[in-house]
Amino acid sequence: MASFTPTIPVHRPATSRGNRADLPPVIGGGDDGRPDPGSPDYRARLRRARLGLAVALTPILMLFVSFTSAYIVRQGLPSLDPNTNKVVHDWTPTPLPTVLFLINTGVLLLSSVTIELARRQLIRRVALQPVESIPGVTLGNEKEFPWLGVTVVLGLGFLTGQWLAWRELAARGFFVATGPSSSFVYLLTGGHAVHLLGGILALLVAGSTVILRRPLESRRIVVDVTAWYWHFMALLWIYILALLEFAH
Amino acid sequence: MVAQESHGHAAPQGFIRKYVFSLDHKVIGLQYYFLALTAVFVGMFLSLLMRIHLVWPGVSLPLLGEIKPETYLSLLTMHGTIMVFFVLTTAPQGGFGNYFLPIQIGAPDMAFPVLNMLSFWTTFIAYLVMLSAFFVVGGAPLHGWTGYAPLSALQSAGPGEGLGADLWIISIALFCVASLMGALNFITTTLDMRAKGMTMMRMPLTCWSWFITAILGLLAFGVLLSAGILLLMDRNLGTSFFLPIGTINGQLTGHKGGSPLLWQHLFWFFGHPEVYIAILPGMGVASQLLSTFSRKPIFGYKAMVYAMLSIGLLGFMVWGHHMFMSGMSPYTAFAFSVMTMAIGVPSAIKTFNWLGTLWGGRIRFSSPMLFAIGFVSLFVSGGLSGPFLAQPVLDIQLHDTYFVPAHFHLIMGVAAIFGIFAATYYWFPKMFGRMLNEGLARWHFWFSFIGTYAIFMPMHYLGMAGHPRRYSQLTEVAYLRPLMPLQKFITYAAFVTIAGQLIFLFNFFWSLRNGKKATDNPWEATTLEWTTATPPPHDNFGGHTPVVHNGPYEYAVPGAPRDYVMQTDPATVAAH
Repeated sequence: MASFTPTIPVHRPATSRGNRADLPPVIGGGDDGRPDPGSPDYRARLRRARLGLAVALTPILMLFVSFTSAYIVRQGLPSLDPNTNKVVHDWTPTPLPTVLFLINTGVLLLSSVTIELARRQLIRRVALQPVESIPGVTLGNEKEFPWLGVTVVLGLGFLTGQWLAWRELAARGFFVATGPSSSFVYLLTGGHAVHLLGGILALLVAGSTVILRRPLESRRIVVDVTAWYWHFMALLWIYILALLEFAH
Repeated sequence: MVAQESHGHAAPQGFIRKYVFSLDHKVIGLQYYFLALTAVFVGMFLSLLMRIHLVWPGVSLPLLGEIKPETYLSLLTMHGTIMVFFVLTTAPQGGFGNYFLPIQIGAPDMAFPVLNMLSFWTTFIAYLVMLSAFFVVGGAPLHGWTGYAPLSALQSAGPGEGLGADLWIISIALFCVASLMGALNFITTTLDMRAKGMTMMRMPLTCWSWFITAILGLLAFGVLLSAGILLLMDRNLGTSFFLPIGTINGQLTGHKGGSPLLWQHLFWFFGHPEVYIAILPGMGVASQLLSTFSRKPIFGYKAMVYAMLSIGLLGFMVWGHHMFMSGMSPYTAFAFSVMTMAIGVPSAIKTFNWLGTLWGGRIRFSSPMLFAIGFVSLFVSGGLSGPFLAQPVLDIQLHDTYFVPAHFHLIMGVAAIFGIFAATYYWFPKMFGRMLNEGLARWHFWFSFIGTYAIFMPMHYLGMAGHPRRYSQLTEVAYLRPLMPLQKFITYAAFVTIAGQLIFLFNFFWSLRNGKKATDNPWEATTLEWTTATPPPHDNFGGHTPVVHNGPYEYAVPGAPRDYVMQTDPATVAAH
């Protein structure tokens, strides 16, 4: 005998900022009653994307670990001076455009703040979506601030600042091949810039989900992982700057 | 990184979406497999040319003419590179891992299907770029698969070191990126997409091996990428990361103060884990097959997992043993030596567990089993020369002699290839729905098994007698002349062994059409791929998700109706 107890799926959006209800568990075991793997469930997809990002950051970290070890090792190596035929230390530190670098750091940190605001804005919107879908309910006058656009502009601003810093280095006579120290300055800053450019591309993808009218959840996932990537890039930049400033 | 839509969609219909730019992990796995299949024959052909030149240096070959010393170095470089990257890294992980990891853990696909497709096509482009190095001015590079600077870092160092070497580095860099994308997928899939009941400790050892291999790749390929970037900068932007001050062909290079040893450190920090990237999937397959065909649970499942993990971990701490001759401090060398010999412990655990699995089993000597046993044999005989080379005192004598190629070909080359063959014979019915011909398979096994031993065992003696490796022509050197009969024997053995591979090739393509129709579970194995149709449908399990109740090696369970219990069988007492 079939019983008729109709159930209505009730979404309970987590709107409060304080508890971390929006954070799904990171890694699930095989027995934790998760939804079926591969299901397009939004939370499962978000968790998977975040896990994928955490894994993807590892080789980026390894790349810069490897550059760092090469940097430190190279500093300690003596080399042969062909004129005197003596072993000398040829490491002459490159004078850094410190002021410009600090301004750029400020711009990048600011962009980290704006992308975090964009991320939280989307969390709120996804949470409120079920409410909005109720006929007759409007959320009224909540304004959408284009935090993503601001982040892209700030990111491009940072890259322009870095370009200016390279120009300044070149103006002082320090090119990529001038000396071992200048090679590393260009390598580390350039490597970081390429990775940040990847972040900007991801933001443009996130923007295109609006144009393509993809579901809000898809945009939220892209923005979420890009935001974590962006924060990682900011931390990486501070690390690189500290390395160049204090270990030259 | 973009989150992709998962397998909610229906199977694609058009040829392009179905077979070329497919998102299906099974198709991508086959693409990797066939790429490796072409690569292995290219690599084998190159080795044959080298063997011919070594014993008959004056002979003129059709199309190629007489092999000049620099041509020999090109052959050697391309043989090593193609075999290591596009065969040993590609087939076991990209091929079988892609095809069977999701099925064995009960997932409908990889976590990021688009990334998976990109990973294959990047590998494919890397392969084309690598092959194109043959056809540019100056030909393929001369610097060996290890690409030691300064030879690899100077355009003017030799005929192949111009554009050919640039293409080589670009190909390797692309391969790194592709492998990183693959590793990302493998790790996320293993952690996040296991079916209900499939705990980590219920995964087949194959899945463990692919998972650990992916972790190794994730940590190692980034370092190789960094080394490749630095090398490209040295070659094309005038930097001096690896180039010391000095002269080449009587001219000052204009570089100053770099360290060739820095390249060696970066390369081997990747290079040693790479050895395990090649061999670990073979270990997983051997474990799976030895248990299945002995009709016994694997001996010491947990010990096998921990042994693989510790091999992976130790693999990152031993790169210095490739550099004992580089003027390293004896204390450092001692540390690397001890760490290296420590790898003997988990390796021995694995070997004894394999033997323990065979002990008292009702062994079925089918062709996959023969290759799995062959794997164990080669793993032992190739592995045992490792502790010799791990000792700095012995390494000074044996370094850069034929002893080293003998060692790494047996363990990294042939053992890993036997793992690939074992996997091919085992999974061919599932992948293509037909059985391979068993008689031909046995001929193939004996040709390969005896043939490879005949090639590589004598090389140990060549090495101990002081025959250096990588030289194009040493037929006129007096102290090596008595070794010529042995060299000739190796070349004959190579001919016979390669002829034996044609049996495999014929069997493979003949059975695709004419083989006996395979049932869903021809080997009476327990893991999830044998619960689904043959070949598996687009979403692997035809619309439902398997629920796992048992471990992967439930053979000869007392009281069970059959001598094996599928992982999905709910009927057992499940005392595990």
